[in-house]
Amino acid sequence: MSTSNLVGELSARFGDAVLGEQTTRDSFPTVWIRPEVTIAVHRYLKDEIDRPFKMLVDLWAIDETARKHREGQPPSGITIASHLLSHDRNADIRIKTPLDAEYPRAKSIGTVFPNALWYEREAYDMFGVEFELQPHSNRILLPPGWEGHPMRKTQPGRATERPLFNMTAALFDAKEHALAADPEKFGLPTHRDGVELMILNYGPHSMATHGVFRIVLALDGEEIVAARPDIGFHHRGAEKMAERQTWHNFLPYTDRVDYLGGVMGEMPYLQAVEKACGITVPDRALTVRIMLSEMFRIMNHLLFYGTMAQDTGAMSPVFYMFTDRERGYRVIESITGARMHPGYFRIGGLSMDLPQGWDRLVREFLDWMPSRLDDYEGMVLRNEIFRARTKGVAAYDTAMAHEWGVTGPGLRATGQAWDVRKARPYAGFEHFDFEIPVGHNGDCYDRTCVRVEEIRQSLKIIRQCVDNMPSGPIKADHPLTTPPPRERMLHDIETMIHHFVGASWGPVLPAGETTGQVETVRGLTQFALISDGEPSSYRTRIRTPSFPHLQMISAVAPGMMVADLVAYLGSIDYVMSDVDR
Amino acid sequence: MIGLVLTATISVAMIMVLLVVAGTFTWVERRLLGFVQERLGPNRVGPFGSLQWVADTVKILTKEDRPPPGADKLAYILAPAVAATPVLAGFGVVAFGDGLALAPVDVGVLFLLGMMGLTAYAAVLGAWASNNRFSLMGGMRAAAQMLAYEVFLGLSLMGVVMLAGSLSMHAIVEAQHGVWFVVLQPLGAALFCIAGVAAAHRLPFDLPESENDLVAGFITEYTGMSFGLFFLGEYLAVLLVSALAVTLFFGGWLGPWLPGPVWFGLKTAVIAVVFVWLRATLPRPRYDQLLSFAWKIALPLSLLNLLLTGVVVVARSAP
Repeated sequence: MSTSNLVGELSARFGDAVLGEQTTRDSFPTVWIRPEVTIAVHRYLKDEIDRPFKMLVDLWAIDETARKHREGQPPSGITIASHLLSHDRNADIRIKTPLDAEYPRAKSIGTVFPNALWYEREAYDMFGVEFELQPHSNRILLPPGWEGHPMRKTQPGRATERPLFNMTAALFDAKEHALAADPEKFGLPTHRDGVELMILNYGPHSMATHGVFRIVLALDGEEIVAARPDIGFHHRGAEKMAERQTWHNFLPYTDRVDYLGGVMGEMPYLQAVEKACGITVPDRALTVRIMLSEMFRIMNHLLFYGTMAQDTGAMSPVFYMFTDRERGYRVIESITGARMHPGYFRIGGLSMDLPQGWDRLVREFLDWMPSRLDDYEGMVLRNEIFRARTKGVAAYDTAMAHEWGVTGPGLRATGQAWDVRKARPYAGFEHFDFEIPVGHNGDCYDRTCVRVEEIRQSLKIIRQCVDNMPSGPIKADHPLTTPPPRERMLHDIETMIHHFVGASWGPVLPAGETTGQVETVRGLTQFALISDGEPSSYRTRIRTPSFPHLQMISAVAPGMMVADLVAYLGSIDYVMSDVDR
Repeated sequence: MIGLVLTATISVAMIMVLLVVAGTFTWVERRLLGFVQERLGPNRVGPFGSLQWVADTVKILTKEDRPPPGADKLAYILAPAVAATPVLAGFGVVAFGDGLALAPVDVGVLFLLGMMGLTAYAAVLGAWASNNRFSLMGGMRAAAQMLAYEVFLGLSLMGVVMLAGSLSMHAIVEAQHGVWFVVLQPLGAALFCIAGVAAAHRLPFDLPESENDLVAGFITEYTGMSFGLFFLGEYLAVLLVSALAVTLFFGGWLGPWLPGPVWFGLKTAVIAVVFVWLRATLPRPRYDQLLSFAWKIALPLSLLNLLLTGVVVVARSAP
């Protein structure tokens, strides 16, 4: 592994500030360091070594106070973990810092990685970790005025364990006033060159901001001087719920993290769980997983295509794309039983086999799509007004994309051909023949073109799935496959016991840490799981691609006009459930 | 005296008819948009949904219609009236057939241009009165857009006026007995159509009320009948611009076999449908792109058109 001597290099450079390496089931090293050298270590990895780790993928906190199995790890109350990625090495590294449980204070790496700021705000919000670059009580996901830090182990996971909640009129007013678009609270300038700026609250109820999302803008006429995105309206506590649900029960929640990704959301979670269990998923199940994932990629990109055209004013193309999506959903429904949130995969494989005649349905869809895509190209991509609205708008280059943690089509539009399916193939993607579409200018137009071309590539992958679908079992023959294969369960008492325990108490994963990474529709989605030998997760960290994409808005938006902002928001292709979880 | 009563009665009757026509046009638009978008439009209320607009009118009349807190009440109430009234007045000079105009003035074209210009006030008044930042932005865009496009709206039809030698609607149609002016003035016709779409603020020039950017632009805070009046003003403006285009470029009521008014109606309907077609198809240019098109491209072209037409007219009339 290109990181094999990295830990040695770190120890040589920082001496005993490097507390040691932790063994995990992952292929990248996890290194513990002292809090004092946090900034120095990150700067070293980002700027000083050769083929550096230029992107901060994720930063999160772990409450270690209730954990039983911590062999080989230094003592810690709350741990901060940061996950870095090097495209040049095609390798990752995870840095962990131990902090005090009662008063966790950490050094902010916001000066090294600009996109660390929102992650650190989330760590404060959920765990109470104070970072010195952040103003006190700068919550991000929970509403202002919330008391407590919910992800801590001392905080209950069910509403029934909390005191009764009464919304009085006074409380309602207080909450409403707390959400006012006060420029001071958002750090917005009120004057520029003696001209007073107009503060516009592009509120959670807006047609331009896809989903419940709010940007507070400081405008000089139509020009945006500063923009501050405000998220958290769609927060549902998925990570806390993972600690309450069993490993098996949590699967439908993963569908709903990105509500347009459908079954693709289950992939990174299952990748991590199956790695922890040591399950090898049979080929038929893997190929079906790929086929359905790519179907959902097409569904999402079609919706993106239509809404992108609609954001620039063309009201008709979205209806045509929705007709195509309807056809796609009929195929998905006949295979999985549900349309948007199938919950079709299981630990160890699939829940049921493909229905008879599935290949005819899929081929009909594959034959229907290409001519429709050609029509759309004439309607949208070659439309002069659309091009005028999107070319050169919100352009950023690869270096800026790395600074802000951009993955997925947003990164590929700047010219870097990095896709997890090719860089770290999973689920059998190494056997498929497809290309990674790449843009050049990193503007809205290129992001649109990259996604349109991805639709075509996904159609190609699905055709290969249909042509070469392997036969065989759809569930692995492994004790932790939940639920176990039905034929065995009905005949064999051991399997029956496993089924009973797995469905009621939950499958018990061996203690340890695993990570799953998948190229979902918006970019890199990563699940970092910590198991403590219990039937439910100790810590589930969901790294979603849209979170850093939205953080970038405050850097890209200044200088644009309001109409450009609408095109830019459309081209990011985020969904709020992916941002807030 | 009798003449006055007669004119008044005909005016009222005409307004009633226009309201029905505008309502029917909304039905046509919604059905057509639906068909273009692979869906059905309204098809429940009345045969093929043709009475949908009646139901919508009842709904609009019974909705709460109250100025928002902090609004300038007089301007708030005045703005919708300013939106609808000039357009209705404009129909007074339109010649539906030979001798069939409510008020056949000699300067019909000029009067119409004036009325179209007045509707710009509605947008700005409505935006200012609403005490809402989204409305304000819509109003600013409306003011700039109207200013830019009304200028070459007037200039683009000056070529026709020169060829016909008169500002009277009647005379202009009479001058098209030989050949329609769209053949003689293609550039003028194209520019007029573009300016007409902008004057009625329809897609692709609907920035003042662009639904995607600004909630509903300058109409954001309007509900009930005030909204209804804005709405009415917009659809009537579409019909007025179509009627004007037909009169100026497409031969008015001239045509074989069928009576004049029927031809006029048919031609206006075709152009109104083109308006709907444009709305279904085109995206919306950005504010500054819109204005730079108007000032840097369309205005010079309309001046060029005027120059060329002038040269041809003078050359033809020289001995």
